[in-house]
Amino acid sequence: MLMEKPSAGLWRKIKARYNLVGNSCKTCGKAYFPPRIVCRKCGRESKMENKKFSGNGEVYSFTKIRVPPDTFKDEAPYIVGVVKLDEGPMVEGHILENGTEIKIGTKVRSAFRRMYVDGEEGLIYYHYKFEPV
Amino acid sequence: MRDVAIIGVGLSKFGERWDSGIKELMAEAGLMALEDANISSNEIEMIFGGTMASGRFMGQEHVAALMSDQLGLNNIPAVRIENACASGGSALRLGYMAVSSGIHDIVVVGGVEKMTDVTASEATTALGGAGDQEWELFQGITFPGLYAMMAKRHMHEYGTTEEMLASVAVKNHANAMKNKFAQFHKNLTIEEVMKSKVVSDPLKLLDCSPISDGAAAIVLAPLDRARKFNDTPIKILASTQASDTLRLAERDSLSGIKATTIAADKAYRQAKVTPKDIDIAEVHDCFTIAEIMAMEDLGFYKKGKAGKAILDGETALGSKLSVNTSGGLKGCGHPVGATGVKQAVEVVWQLRGDAGERQVKGANIGLTHNVGGSGATSVVHIYKRAD
Ligand SMILES: CC(C)(COP(=O)(O)OP(=O)(O)OC[C@H]1O[C@@H](n2cnc3c(N)ncnc32)[C@H](O)[C@@H]1OP(=O)(O)O)[C@@H](O)C(=O)NCCC(=O)NCCS
Ligand SMILES: [Zn+2]
Repeated sequence: MLMEKPSAGLWRKIKARYNLVGNSCKTCGKAYFPPRIVCRKCGRESKMENKKFSGNGEVYSFTKIRVPPDTFKDEAPYIVGVVKLDEGPMVEGHILENGTEIKIGTKVRSAFRRMYVDGEEGLIYYHYKFEPV
Repeated sequence: MRDVAIIGVGLSKFGERWDSGIKELMAEAGLMALEDANISSNEIEMIFGGTMASGRFMGQEHVAALMSDQLGLNNIPAVRIENACASGGSALRLGYMAVSSGIHDIVVVGGVEKMTDVTASEATTALGGAGDQEWELFQGITFPGLYAMMAKRHMHEYGTTEEMLASVAVKNHANAMKNKFAQFHKNLTIEEVMKSKVVSDPLKLLDCSPISDGAAAIVLAPLDRARKFNDTPIKILASTQASDTLRLAERDSLSGIKATTIAADKAYRQAKVTPKDIDIAEVHDCFTIAEIMAMEDLGFYKKGKAGKAILDGETALGSKLSVNTSGGLKGCGHPVGATGVKQAVEVVWQLRGDAGERQVKGANIGLTHNVGGSGATSVVHIYKRAD
């Protein structure tokens, strides 16, 4: 079995993962997070420019993962969700409870947190997560 | 465009097949299909092989050429099709296109997956590749997790209950009892499903299709040559497919699969039938919520109405529309690359009247529905006995 090498994918998208930089289409105005190479509506006619997102939004759906993939073996159980950002797009992410029960509609904001530790290399991966406001 | 018929079908026993590797599974299903079609190996012109992650599960790629090799088909062109859990259905559609177009006459479509040689967590990782790796799997979001979030939305929007979800598993396990090829021969109760261990709330262990080994195969021929091989050829009335974003959160809705709606609309038009004309359907119940959404997206029920209908037994074996007579992915098993082909095998048996104990009387028109990932691919086929 090949080992996952997630780190390359982390660094490639570091502006989005660390600073919530997505983009928007100048042709039609639609905002995207995570960023897209082309706009889904405009295709080849799209003109994408970077856009920083506030990280504020509300929980659209969520679940607690109890059977995790290899990389998250030591983190389970954890809550993941689909968050509708105030700027429009929906995005997946971890949701921290911080003592609040998570529901559909719970208002959240983004936070920069530890995601998991790569057992083999001992590397700590950081990522945006969401937490109740 | 020529009419295309299925002239032979074969299936391996599904389940945890520690006795068999990928070669044995393919041979088991493939030889049965050739025998069923009463055709010799040298009449086959091309093979399309569906498999999702044989490299991840077995370290084996190049699976279609291997199928041809193992079935003794010698030197014919072979192509592997990977479309996540819809690999089998996609392979069937390509086989159909090859025969329909007139490029080939006799074509074999195979599907296989050998999943049980790895741990549950390795399998979860391999299957996670069916979603958007960078934003879903990378963040530890699994397939049960994605369907759990769809289930939560469906419950929120339509009042669907965990009991309704559980009733899908109960029905499909009951059907699997009558299928000797099925992975599970165990009746379930709603309580047992509701009390099984939570995998990703609201989905529990018994809401999930299992990790399985298995293979399925089909022989296709032009309809006008089909009777030479088989007294009861099954005509493919429609073969359609649609795609959507890989990433679940980017879709228009989480409580339905748009690619299914699109593929189904096209299929009904192509076949010149309506959902009311369908007698039997094999739908993609990788999780119980998926069958509820499928019944709505395929036009059998209005959005939000399928859960109660299934709980009330409206789609049980022998009802007006019998769904997942094979036991579905839940009861029969879900070797991902084989599933789409296996669904067609079951429909062929039903339409021929060969389904034994689980035969639906008077089954005339059948439908199969095969989904890849959390809905980025959906393939629909409609079939009828060629009288
Ligand atoms: C649900 C799931 C995580 C369970 O795996 P697991 O936690 O390793 O399960 P276990 O090995 O602990 O199984 C415990 C028991 O339940 C049985 N079992 C496992 N999965 C089952 C299922 N889905 N349905 C019924 N029984 C199941 C096992 O045979 C075992 O029975 P035994 O104790 O009699 O041998 C796994 O089946 C799974 O990942 N399913 C989803 C597959 C998937 O995502 N497919 C792609 C869909 S798009
Ligand atoms: Zn645009």
